[in-house]
Amino acid sequence: MSETVSGTSRRIAGPFNRVEGDLEIQIDVTGDRVSKAWVVSPLYRGFEQILQGKDPMDALVYVPRICGICSVAQSVAAASAIADLAGVTPTQNGQLATNLILANENLTDHLTHFYLFFMPDFARATYASEPWYPAAAERFKSQTGTATRDALPARAEFLHLMGLLAGKWPHSLALQPGGTSKGIDSSDKARLLGIIFGFRRFLETTLFGDSLETIATLDSAQALFSWNEQQAQKQTQSDFRHFLLIADQLALSELGRSHDRFMSYGVYPTEAHPLFASGLVDAGRNHRSALNQKVITEDISHSWMTDQPQPSHPFNGITHPGSGVADPNGKHAGYSWCKSPRHDGKAVEVGALARQLVNGHPLIADLVAQSGGNVRNRVIARLLELALVVIEMEKWARALEPKAPFCNQIKLPDEGQGMGLMEAARGSLGHWLTVKRGRISNYQIIAPTTWNFSPRDQEHQPGALELALEGAPLRADEVAANSRDPVAVQHILRSFDPCMVCTVH
Amino acid sequence: MNGNLSLLWLQSGGCGGCSMSLLGAESPDLMTTLAASGIDLLWHPSLSEACGNDLISLLEDIIHGNRTLDILCLEGSVINGPNGTGNFHRLAGTGRPMRDWIYDLSLVAKHVVAVGNCAAYGGITAAGNNPSEATGLQYDETTPGGLLGAEFTDKTGLPVVNIAGCPTHPNWITDTLSQLALGDMAESSLDEYERPRSYTDHLVHHGCPRNEYYEYKASAEKPSDLGCMMEHMGCLGTQARADCNTRLWNGSGSCLRGGYACINCTAPDFHEPGHAFDRTPKVAGIPVGLPTDMPKAWFVALSSLAKAATPERLKQNAVADHIRLIPIKNVTKSKSGKKL
Repeated sequence: MSETVSGTSRRIAGPFNRVEGDLEIQIDVTGDRVSKAWVVSPLYRGFEQILQGKDPMDALVYVPRICGICSVAQSVAAASAIADLAGVTPTQNGQLATNLILANENLTDHLTHFYLFFMPDFARATYASEPWYPAAAERFKSQTGTATRDALPARAEFLHLMGLLAGKWPHSLALQPGGTSKGIDSSDKARLLGIIFGFRRFLETTLFGDSLETIATLDSAQALFSWNEQQAQKQTQSDFRHFLLIADQLALSELGRSHDRFMSYGVYPTEAHPLFASGLVDAGRNHRSALNQKVITEDISHSWMTDQPQPSHPFNGITHPGSGVADPNGKHAGYSWCKSPRHDGKAVEVGALARQLVNGHPLIADLVAQSGGNVRNRVIARLLELALVVIEMEKWARALEPKAPFCNQIKLPDEGQGMGLMEAARGSLGHWLTVKRGRISNYQIIAPTTWNFSPRDQEHQPGALELALEGAPLRADEVAANSRDPVAVQHILRSFDPCMVCTVH
Repeated sequence: MNGNLSLLWLQSGGCGGCSMSLLGAESPDLMTTLAASGIDLLWHPSLSEACGNDLISLLEDIIHGNRTLDILCLEGSVINGPNGTGNFHRLAGTGRPMRDWIYDLSLVAKHVVAVGNCAAYGGITAAGNNPSEATGLQYDETTPGGLLGAEFTDKTGLPVVNIAGCPTHPNWITDTLSQLALGDMAESSLDEYERPRSYTDHLVHHGCPRNEYYEYKASAEKPSDLGCMMEHMGCLGTQARADCNTRLWNGSGSCLRGGYACINCTAPDFHEPGHAFDRTPKVAGIPVGLPTDMPKAWFVALSSLAKAATPERLKQNAVADHIRLIPIKNVTKSKSGKKL
């Protein structure tokens, strides 16, 4: 870690909750600003070690249990890696069902993030004197806010889709390399459509106060602004508008900008092309490029990991944890269990904002062109996806053919490699699997938050959050030492919807 | 309300899936259930504003006796590695092993509850060569001990209550918490691994929609087949202690209803079955793991008899992903004349 500059004080902030797992942030504060930040992932469990020597199909039991909130995403990545190894593709029904199950989890996560993880920060006492505070506290306060009472039952009912298609959530074994294990009949199909419609109705009445189609087709920052004005004239209240008001009051579009390099692996395969495309966008240079997984590496220079002298592609990745304490010789600068993934040597940001930017959604393209990646835009992209994907779910459910097969049989080779790249709610998730003599010899996982919350690399390049935190303002009651953890830091880190249990696994 | 019980929920070496499952509680929803049971959430990772210094102060207040803690819930394994230091999980902001925080809090809580197999027995985190040296609160897999030791009892004389499962059904948690709040939880309410008998007196087999296939030994051979999954697909439902097919998941689901095998996730050592999860190990063609309390000779005799009597309908449907033959007498003479 860098030495302390005069006039700058070092603080250790955390533990942070509402992030799925444990998280610590170390910040240097200069005046009333964060000048530097280091993101610490404090938990190591060792799934990549646990998987060594296992039957490849056992991955379908172990990897969803990396994470209880991205469980299906982990299953889908593992099933894709095994399918790649075996050279099979899912049946058409199986692919549609997989898309529905994954969308169910991804959208549930977006909903949980907005109502339970992100918005309650605006009900904090530090904002008590703000004019918008009473309404925010009444609506979004943890446990007692009216939003929790509305959102939890809507979430639970939406997850009935899991009961129909995946047995249960989290930790389903329905996601298979050849498709899904649950064939449905036409009455199941009718119920599926009913469940999706119920969720549509919640979103339209409570979250948006307007039709999903209207939200999905907002095509510029101006269009969003005009829509908000029109809704105000009609006196239509919604949680989205509530957020836009607070975002405006607190200038959340000026908070948490990172390097503006975005990546998506693409997700929701359909017959023609994935619903959301893969690729990279360097928004600062207005440059688009294709995804090239071959140039992905992980670096352990600032991790507590050992025994991997050079950054390695995940097929060659090594997972050997060290002691987890500072090197007494000062040679190794580790401060997190997280490795540092890079694409062609560069840190990138992943998530709904990246996914929609890469896919070219005009609203997101315009917002990013105006203000880059920031707290407001990350939240808008997530809510936009709720609208976009529910519309697609209805189409996928209608396309299911109850009499057609759901799962292709597979035969695994004794030797080989496979990879599964997909998009979880929080961004790009990749699994790289190597099998020797019928057993897993290496299994490397790079999760979305591994990208976003990575520590520095050997070039001292900070991860996406580390950079996004630089410049974060402190409120008057936060400047004194030992005061509360700065709330702006919390808005920024939660705007990434981090999943810490996936990050290190 | 005075007399309410305070609940603190902490996470360590786990996936958070038991919390995610709990948030899906229905009829009534989670917040209503807790209110009905008179339980106040002091803090939960997903449901509280407080973090950082506010949380650390709360933990310290509880440990120093300045605040009463009635129920401590731990989700996730106790992490002891590397080399017994606990450094694989130091609680953020404190630099102190989470294990030590959990230990101190367990000593002052009125009740200690392990939520999920990780907190109870080590669980998935303890699989393979157990790289993080994970254990449960009072068990290390099937062996009593763990962090708190075999002799530990809470302030009321109960051991750690192990809400086993991976993940736990939301109502396994809410029922257990309500029982504790009502004062209805006694040693006799817990089974041989200190799991609440409210759900472990049952077998996953009970209410399995594939029971007829089981009776006739009409077996599935690949994922999505309709037949019984015990013979080939690794299903442990006839041994697994839980009520998953009578208390359904996410509305209408269960593992079996989702088309895949029960992996016995309420068992303290389910995470290392010693064979691939999705295949049934056999000796001389007979599954090694037979129904829990059934004599082997009887099982073999009944199975061969049942196989000889299997209706054609079940034989065909067992290896199909949709019902091909329907249960109807003398298909050719039926009024409708329909053949499916």
